[in-house]
Amino acid sequence: MNKVSKSPWLLHYDASSCNGCDIEVLDCLTPKYDIERFGIINTGDPFQADILLITGGVNSQTESVVKQLYSQMPDPKVVVAVGICACTGGVFKECYNIKGGIDTVIPVDVYVPGCAARPESIIDGVVRALKVLDEKQAAMKKDGR
Amino acid sequence: MDGKNEIRKISLAGFFPAVVAMKAEDWRLVQICAVTVDDGYEMSYSFSKGYDMVTLRLEVDENEEIASITHIYPCAFLQENEAEELFGVKIGHIEPDYHDKLYRIDEETPFKKKE
Amino acid sequence: MAKRSIVPFGPQHPVLPEPVHLDLVLEDETVVGAIPSIGYIHRGLEKLVEKRDFKQYPYVAERICGICSCGHGLGYCMAVEEIMNIQVPDRANYLRTIWVEMSRIHSHLLWLGLLADAMGFESLFMESWRLREKILDMFDETTGGRIIHSVNQVGGVQKDMDSTMLNDILSAIKDIESQLKPIINTFLQDYTVQSRLKGAGVLSREDAISLGAVGPMLRASGEPYDVRMLGYGAYKDLSVEPIISTDCDSYARCEVRLKELLQSFELIREAIGKIPDGPISVPVKGNPAGEYFVRIEQPRGEAIYYVKANGTKYLDRFRLRTPTTSNIPPMVEMLKGCQLADVPILILTIDPCVSCTER
Repeated sequence: MNKVSKSPWLLHYDASSCNGCDIEVLDCLTPKYDIERFGIINTGDPFQADILLITGGVNSQTESVVKQLYSQMPDPKVVVAVGICACTGGVFKECYNIKGGIDTVIPVDVYVPGCAARPESIIDGVVRALKVLDEKQAAMKKDGR
Repeated sequence: MDGKNEIRKISLAGFFPAVVAMKAEDWRLVQICAVTVDDGYEMSYSFSKGYDMVTLRLEVDENEEIASITHIYPCAFLQENEAEELFGVKIGHIEPDYHDKLYRIDEETPFKKKE
Repeated sequence: MAKRSIVPFGPQHPVLPEPVHLDLVLEDETVVGAIPSIGYIHRGLEKLVEKRDFKQYPYVAERICGICSCGHGLGYCMAVEEIMNIQVPDRANYLRTIWVEMSRIHSHLLWLGLLADAMGFESLFMESWRLREKILDMFDETTGGRIIHSVNQVGGVQKDMDSTMLNDILSAIKDIESQLKPIINTFLQDYTVQSRLKGAGVLSREDAISLGAVGPMLRASGEPYDVRMLGYGAYKDLSVEPIISTDCDSYARCEVRLKELLQSFELIREAIGKIPDGPISVPVKGNPAGEYFVRIEQPRGEAIYYVKANGTKYLDRFRLRTPTTSNIPPMVEMLKGCQLADVPILILTIDPCVSCTER
């Protein structure tokens, strides 16, 4: 990737994780990993977010919250599943209150495995998400939207 | 330092007076735990004072109702609601009573059956 | 009477990394009541104990929470060891203590950062988290994981630390300590910080005890209760004293945690100075039968682990009462009478850990 075509804003939501991946997501924003050097800002507002970073396996209670956050984000949007629980359900897969990966509820574009996902791989996932975002934008332009 | 850590068995009739006595002696309520056993539940109420811990152990039948201790220890409400929702223990007059809507899970009393 | 209104708070909220929901009852801007609802990240981990071998369960226990992971592994293992009458080797006890104290440093620095962020003091947030990275690097070097370490096992620990690692830890904490001084100064002396924390969320000693507060929350209300005094692990050989404050407000809670950071540095130095040579684990034979309650001091306060075993390799019951469960009722009490704008900070001062609470 030679240049970043957009400075995307991130939205983060914990859909039922152990907290580990969430603090690693926050870690990416702090001086050592500093994801802001890509022009990325963490926002709490889904209406202004381009990339949804989501952790943990979904349960029936967070399902509606996740769907609502996803629908509130403007197009084009990219979903990054952070951590193995968000990818498949991970260590909690057999628990009675876990549905499985995020892709059981909303479409996922980038999967970042790891327990907990390391900041390096989260940054890698976000940078990949930027590429997907570009592709989605190009597709939207082609459709005349 | 060695703290006391003991479990005292107690009958349903003696339970409420025992909790009132604990409160009068300034014990802190530290935890409430439910365990499913054959045809009933085992409820453990742990109290601590200084570094001593005493657990009152109550055995109840599946359909027996026990009184909530939230009127003596208001902070018990979260753990009592939890025992009611996850185990199906019948606890009367919890304040506030979430009516099995604390965790809002799909499965009913998942801890009641052993796997 | 002013008009009453109910304002929902959460589950997705900028100050909270985790989802929790509160219904705040307001009279104008003043909070008169709060009803917590939890369950957004309830997974049912305690139930997994019936499907996992008791020797495998420490991996699940650590994943109850990504911040307190080391302590959860330790608490579970201690309960099983107590039932099976296993004497853990001294070196393993020291290693566990060093790791648990490192967890306390990382957790408290994390909390300080979040508190600064909630006040809008962004540079202080970044500074605290920058220092925290140094401890995470040490975890990475000694265990191979940054936040989930998987070092505790029934009968001891899985990894040993060589002298290079121990020296690296010593130089890391020296480094952190020197860079922490200006941060402590800002938290305790800065006008902005004081104006947000002093006098906010007062919890009297009587209320703290009767509502069951634990950890820094209880100690900041003047009650000297710290479970480390029981002398589990290597604490019996180390000089632990509960750190208290009598101000009972948010500032006091901040002060207690800052002093506990300094205490943890000392404890790690002392433990590294005294650590004996020897094996790091003992073999575990047979299956546990019996029950036991274990108490340990997590960064957020006293946690209680209960294990009931039936003589097979699958346990009957594992129960964890986390510090946040105990701190929610005092928090609800503390919120009454505060201003709506102070709610995020007051919630943060109990250092809520929702994934622990809901398991």
